[in-house]
Amino acid sequence: MEDALLIDWSRAQFALTALYHWLFVPLTLGLAFIIAIMETIYVKTGNVVWKEITKFWMTLFAINFAIGLATGIIMEFEFGTNWSNYSWIVGDIFGAPLAIEGLMAFFMESTFFAVMFFGWEKVSKKMHLLSTWLVAIGSNLSALWILVANGWMQHPVGMEFNVDTARFEMANFWDVLFNPNAYSKFLHTIGSGYVMGSLFVVGISAWYLLKGRDVVKAKKSIVVGATFGLITSVFLIVSGDESAHEVALNQPTKLAAMEGLYDGHGRVGIVAVGQLNSDKEIGDKSEEFAWSLEVPYALSFLGFHDMNAFVPGINDLVYGNEAESIESAKSKIEKGKVAIEALKTYKEAKKSGDEAKAQTALETFRTHENYFGYGYLKDEKEIIPPVALTFYSFHIMVGLGSWFFLLFFVILYLSMVNKLDGKKMLLRLAVFSIPLGYIAGETGWIVAEVGRQPWVIQDMLPVGMATSNVSVTAVQTTFWLFAIIFTVLMIAEIKIMLTQIKNGMEAH
Amino acid sequence: MTMNMVIKLEKIFQFYLEGFKNMRVGKTLWGIIGIKLFLFFFVMKILFFPNFLKENFNNDTQRANHILNELTTANLTKESK
Repeated sequence: MEDALLIDWSRAQFALTALYHWLFVPLTLGLAFIIAIMETIYVKTGNVVWKEITKFWMTLFAINFAIGLATGIIMEFEFGTNWSNYSWIVGDIFGAPLAIEGLMAFFMESTFFAVMFFGWEKVSKKMHLLSTWLVAIGSNLSALWILVANGWMQHPVGMEFNVDTARFEMANFWDVLFNPNAYSKFLHTIGSGYVMGSLFVVGISAWYLLKGRDVVKAKKSIVVGATFGLITSVFLIVSGDESAHEVALNQPTKLAAMEGLYDGHGRVGIVAVGQLNSDKEIGDKSEEFAWSLEVPYALSFLGFHDMNAFVPGINDLVYGNEAESIESAKSKIEKGKVAIEALKTYKEAKKSGDEAKAQTALETFRTHENYFGYGYLKDEKEIIPPVALTFYSFHIMVGLGSWFFLLFFVILYLSMVNKLDGKKMLLRLAVFSIPLGYIAGETGWIVAEVGRQPWVIQDMLPVGMATSNVSVTAVQTTFWLFAIIFTVLMIAEIKIMLTQIKNGMEAH
Repeated sequence: MTMNMVIKLEKIFQFYLEGFKNMRVGKTLWGIIGIKLFLFFFVMKILFFPNFLKENFNNDTQRANHILNELTTANLTKESK
């Protein structure tokens, strides 16, 4: 019971810090590019209004960046203390990408950020513009290395488990870097940041229009924000499709949970909207949904690029499906236990100097190592993530993403035909869509991370084996400390931002 | 160090110095950054987040043995979730 509590609190603490961290990151990713585009217009046209617009959004960018700075480092603290087994096991894989990320962030922030904020009258227009673009590109490249690490956990490739050091070691850096899961995740994640940045610019500009303040600058900002938002919404949809395809290939339990699919079949549709049957249990024959509206064939097509493709359901993945060559979780658990036992025998044989026995045990381990993590599961149903949380988060994310596309399209169209004035309801909707952008981003991460439970490394290490032997009280204490610190930071950000926005664009 | 280099370094120093001096919102933000980094690195990290493996083991061999032990025996007591 103590172990279960420790795992739950460690998991809750990591979720809390990751969710708070993600409140700051997407705006940095998206707003950086929007600012760079605005400054490019200024340099091209020489119109000082664009310079003032750029400076205004740059101030809001700085506030978000400063408040969010180092909130991600907390997760590294947690790795060393609460997740020491995991840290040790993945240290060799994560060392390189995280070190590159740290170095890039340091050099970028200390040089180009300084030029971007201090250099307006000190360096040439072109040099300043170059710095702004480099900040935008650098921020996004920084995200690349983090997502390479995350993508590896979702689909571990380019590595080998060293049985003597108990570490996954990098066998091929390029396989890790070009892991399809990593780059589809990277593109989808930065895409969500671009949409967030666009929502922010459009929403705040809409507020100025509602108040009748800084109208010219607000309208110009809306054109840039809505154009960038519309283009990147399409990019988000395309990268989301690629990301879902990777999930279908490598994380079938996540896909089944995302769609609430229990019994697999061919020509599966996507549930556009629906309510899960809350009494549904794995293996029973009750209905999956209380009600639902489906887009026919869509899941088979999007998941496997074939309208007739069989999509495995939760029951197929738990109990197996011979006709579709799907192995049962029970069989995988048995193979995993063989791998663990072989590792134990190898370790003891090495200790006693029995090389022949160690070699035999190693061969057995290598034969079964792809099932290693399953050996720690006590019940076959444990391979399924929380279905309701994954399903609803996925559908909220997709629904909001569709709304943002529509919003950008309508606002951009009305801006182009100069009919945005007086559209108070639409402008209010744009303002209220700012928090919706954050909700979409957070639910996306819930799908990615809750949807891959019980694994911390897909198929290789369950969350329960990744924690350290620390006290529950210590984790509970730091959980609440972080909850307080991050909430204070968030309030500070909102307060400082609102003050700047209320001061108006003229003040910049 | 040549004279040219000294002049360049001085210019860079002046660039940062003037930038910081002329900040408006930036001063509040630097204050927040300072307090935050102090809390993270000198309070949280030192008091609440010791590195478990570095604190409890002397070298990598001991650490590897501990993890191998966790992976091969401790699974009997840990709950997988």
